[in-house]
Amino acid sequence: MVLTALTVCAALLAIVPVAIITARSAHGRIIVYGASLAASLALLLIALASLFAPASTATLPLGLPWLGSHFRLDALGAFFLAVVNLGGAAASLYAIGYGAHETAPQRVLPFYPAFLAGMSLVVLADDAFSFLVAWEFMSLSSWALVMAHHRVADNARAGYIYLIMASAGTAALILTFGLLAGPDGGYTFAQMRAAHSDYGAAVLLLALLGAGSKAGLVPLHVWLPLAHPAAPSHVSALMSGVMTKVAVYGFVRIGFDLVGEPVWWWSMVVLALAGITAVMGVLYALMQHDLKRLLAYHTVENIGIIFIGLGLALAFKAYGMPLAAALALTAGLLHVFNHSVFKSLLFFGAGAVLNATGERDMEHLGGLIHRMPQTAFVFLVGCAAISALPPLNGFVSEWLTFQAILLSPQLPSWGLKLIVPAVGALLALSAALAAACFVKAFGVTFLGRARTPAAARAAEADRYSLAAMGFLAALCLVAGIIPGIFMDALAPAVASLVGQRLPTQSGVEWVSIVPIAESRSSYNGLLVFLFVITSGTLAASAIHRFASDRLRRAPPWDCGYPDASPATQYTADSFAQPIRRVFGTVVFRAREHAEMPPPGDTRPARLKVDLRDLVWDTIYAPLAAGVSIAADRLNHLQFLTIRQFLSLVFAALVILLLVLAIWP
Amino acid sequence: MALILDLAVQGAQMLLVLLLAPLLTGLVRKVKAHLLRRQGPPLIQPYRDLVRLLRKEVVLAENASWLFRVIPYLVFAATWVAASLVPTFRTGLLFSWSADLIAIIALLGSARFYLALAGLDVGTSFGGIGSSREVMIASLAEPAMVMIVFTLALIAGSTQLSTMASILISGEVGLRVSLGLALIALIIVAIAENARIPVDNPATHLELTMVHEAMVLEYSGRHLALIDLAASLKLLLYVSLIGCLFAPWGMAAPGTGIAALGIGVISYLGKLAVGGILLAVFETSIAKMRVFRVPEFLGAALMLGLLATLLRFVSGSL
Amino acid sequence: MTGLTFDIAHMLAGTLVLVSFLQLYQDRLYALLNVFAVHAFVLTLSVAWQAYIQSAPHLYVTAAIALVFKAIIIPVALHRIIVRLGIHREIEKVVGVGTAMLIGMALVALSMVVMLRVTEGADLLAREDLAFALSVVLLGLLMMVTRRNAVGQVVGFMSLENGLVLAATGAKGMPLVVEISVAFSILIAFIVIGIFLFRIRERFDTVDLQALDRFRGERR
Repeated sequence: MVLTALTVCAALLAIVPVAIITARSAHGRIIVYGASLAASLALLLIALASLFAPASTATLPLGLPWLGSHFRLDALGAFFLAVVNLGGAAASLYAIGYGAHETAPQRVLPFYPAFLAGMSLVVLADDAFSFLVAWEFMSLSSWALVMAHHRVADNARAGYIYLIMASAGTAALILTFGLLAGPDGGYTFAQMRAAHSDYGAAVLLLALLGAGSKAGLVPLHVWLPLAHPAAPSHVSALMSGVMTKVAVYGFVRIGFDLVGEPVWWWSMVVLALAGITAVMGVLYALMQHDLKRLLAYHTVENIGIIFIGLGLALAFKAYGMPLAAALALTAGLLHVFNHSVFKSLLFFGAGAVLNATGERDMEHLGGLIHRMPQTAFVFLVGCAAISALPPLNGFVSEWLTFQAILLSPQLPSWGLKLIVPAVGALLALSAALAAACFVKAFGVTFLGRARTPAAARAAEADRYSLAAMGFLAALCLVAGIIPGIFMDALAPAVASLVGQRLPTQSGVEWVSIVPIAESRSSYNGLLVFLFVITSGTLAASAIHRFASDRLRRAPPWDCGYPDASPATQYTADSFAQPIRRVFGTVVFRAREHAEMPPPGDTRPARLKVDLRDLVWDTIYAPLAAGVSIAADRLNHLQFLTIRQFLSLVFAALVILLLVLAIWP
Repeated sequence: MALILDLAVQGAQMLLVLLLAPLLTGLVRKVKAHLLRRQGPPLIQPYRDLVRLLRKEVVLAENASWLFRVIPYLVFAATWVAASLVPTFRTGLLFSWSADLIAIIALLGSARFYLALAGLDVGTSFGGIGSSREVMIASLAEPAMVMIVFTLALIAGSTQLSTMASILISGEVGLRVSLGLALIALIIVAIAENARIPVDNPATHLELTMVHEAMVLEYSGRHLALIDLAASLKLLLYVSLIGCLFAPWGMAAPGTGIAALGIGVISYLGKLAVGGILLAVFETSIAKMRVFRVPEFLGAALMLGLLATLLRFVSGSL
Repeated sequence: MTGLTFDIAHMLAGTLVLVSFLQLYQDRLYALLNVFAVHAFVLTLSVAWQAYIQSAPHLYVTAAIALVFKAIIIPVALHRIIVRLGIHREIEKVVGVGTAMLIGMALVALSMVVMLRVTEGADLLAREDLAFALSVVLLGLLMMVTRRNAVGQVVGFMSLENGLVLAATGAKGMPLVVEISVAFSILIAFIVIGIFLFRIRERFDTVDLQALDRFRGERR
């Protein structure tokens, strides 16, 4: 199994030279994206076949001569491989249509299959060396994709910050694996499992730093909203929907598998970070009016939700409550799957809008539901799914997380008893704010009237893009209606990590899900869906039959004040103003200034909104300033005289000899 | 036989909530009018309004989309399904296992999501005001509601409404501080969600004071009738919820006969009447808040819910 | 019956915490005084209930003192003072209502954790009542710290006293002499504060404490 997977990854890498050659030709993108689509589908099938099969390993004589590279495909790896390649297949299908508008295909096409291969190789890796090589390969190829349109100043800065954060993350991961390997230096994961490292706390914190920065935990998220929007839309979807999940895989592998038995206070750190991430992510997203940046910040919120599930699972595992840990872990992993599906869908929609209008800024869009009806429909399904509305899939993972929180009073620790209700409140708050965010995103972009001529002229997306988006939207609905199948697919992975699995869901009558016991709670998405559809159509047909079905078009009522200009509609900023006033004054120091010219002056009055990113100002800006100052001071070392250089060498030699003399 | 009876009870519940909703709205209006020393409209006026609206032609804005036309049916369907799952005169509804209290709240949340989209659809500034204020209120009311659900679920050991109602009827819970806090928080959330004074005035069309009315300003005819009916259903749902959870006496248990069902219906009607009168008295005795005082009001409800959940986490006897 | 008795005691203690939160929420002076009167009334009910279940008749006297002095006389007198000083405005706060309530929540959580850990082995219900009492004390302190207006601080001080009385009556055995001394100290404190408020008002035309800072000894 794993050898087949590796062969397909090698095939993906083999597409890269083909891409370099055919990039500028007319059919280049069809060849490259088509081949990537085929490879991703093959890997997806392999992953699905391996979900219930026993783990398979392989050792290849690549890499360091005396180490070799180990690869393994177990249940957890199969799940994440399936998630990665589902996203990859959808993105490849979408890109066949979207890539037609790409202005610099030679900068995008070669790196895309490399990116896909890198992500799959991270999930397959079974020793620290191949893991880190694949991780860096994934980061570098995505960096190259972010820099594809490097002439835009914002993109250049985004790529720079991305590179720095990725390097810092990899450094943390190197330290993590070093601590796990211990002084004997066993680099394979099997040896690390057996070693039972003493530095579990440091390992977990470093893993949070390394994997968390790639996933987007606050305060390590700053690169994400810069880099994700800068890349082409199908790559943004892959970075937000899939690469962050590879980072989650890294954390799960280290925190649940390699580090051994967890200690209870680790879960407190994870839960605290996750709760803050969830709320901060959605608050940032609400303040944005760039559609892709809004989606990128929203990824941060969903990563927070995933880590809440993971933190609860760690807590339950530390106290030896395997069924509850299985529930929490299932909730987190199901959200991994759900988020990759609907976030990819939303980024594809944003890409379609960008292609059709040339605009990413919501303040320049509007009324697109009339010009792009199918894109609008699938985007609406994505918005409803991400806002956790039944009967779609976002609600199922959120429901499972709430059920896991309701099991938490059994945890004996006082700290956890205090922090879990607070995290529950933060989760509920972030869910409500997410709904607000997507009312804004969909409403300002697609509804209303067109605010610019570009929006008024938009054309519908091509059929490949629509096919990819439609497939993902259908998957959202299916995963919401019959979630039991997906929960059962997760069960082997969950069982391997916490020692127990949830009861089989597929056999429950009427396709409900019953996570713990029938008497506790259950949910049936199919019935809810059928009830709503039936009562809606019943009402519609009854009314049309017995009352009236006449309709007449007229100008809008607007309380009798018809305004012709579309500029009087609510904009994205004005929609978010009440929430900005309630939450933003504290979290972002949001201040509004009205500059009023004196009477008689014909200049317009201006309203300026001042937002400060406190994370950047308190952590990164001082850090960058400190590095600058240190570099300035150390710069003096460049301009010493010969005598001073010689004295430096002399001093170093004397110090080393002193150390040698004094050291016992 | 038992299955047929259960099915009949569920069907009766669905029809009952649909028929009683406008009557509750009419009762509240009548009592408010009497408190203000007016006669007020007759009790059945909301039914007359609905029939009148249903028969009228819909006047649709020129740039309203297909979504605008579908949303009233969606909102009505979601609210009706949610209202049918809240036990009114009998616990143990046939389909209560398909959607627990969290799912019911999420259904109401989806109705609100679509209604906010409808406000933005026509592209007027009134719709924008309504939608933006509505999502601000929802961003605090919904977490408060979730915290209340947590408290109740931690007391009753389940999130299913029928199970909660059975446990609260049986009296083994007794008086709990967290139940008291949850009740106050639920009343505050119910007032906010139903757009009642002091959060929003259901009878105004002044721009400064509209929230719910601003979102549905462009609707007319049968669409407006459905949205009004959905709003009445939502009010009935919340009053039934408070009655089912905090005053559950009189509800029939599953498997009892027609006499117990009759007592259940009568006690439910009594609870609705008491709830309507109390709401009318409360609305008359307090003034509407400034818009930005509402988040503080709802923040208080969120804090109370959080405090109630915290007390349940910390101690079994609180 | 025992379960219900202690449940009612819990209810009354919890209501006292709730009314403390309600005090934090108010932004008008008259409303704050009314809520403080309710606070004292709930304390009366709680102490009377403790008197009933502990069969301690001297606690009825405590309850009566709380009712007469704190629920009636002091709010009415403060009302008069406000009218004479001419302060009818809103209460100026140092931090917003939302932040104050969040800090209040954290204080309640803290007092629950502290009390339930420190008093291990005691009767569970007494421990929880003590935790509520500590919460009321901390919330009273929070009110004193987050109000700029001297009247608001006086109310905070009074509610802090109420919390102490709740704690003392909850644990069995509060001799009457202690209660009389507490009541007199309240009275003296009130008279002193009232006199000072008048003096301050006469001299500086305001009772806003930030304005008074200008006249302190050394400049900072």
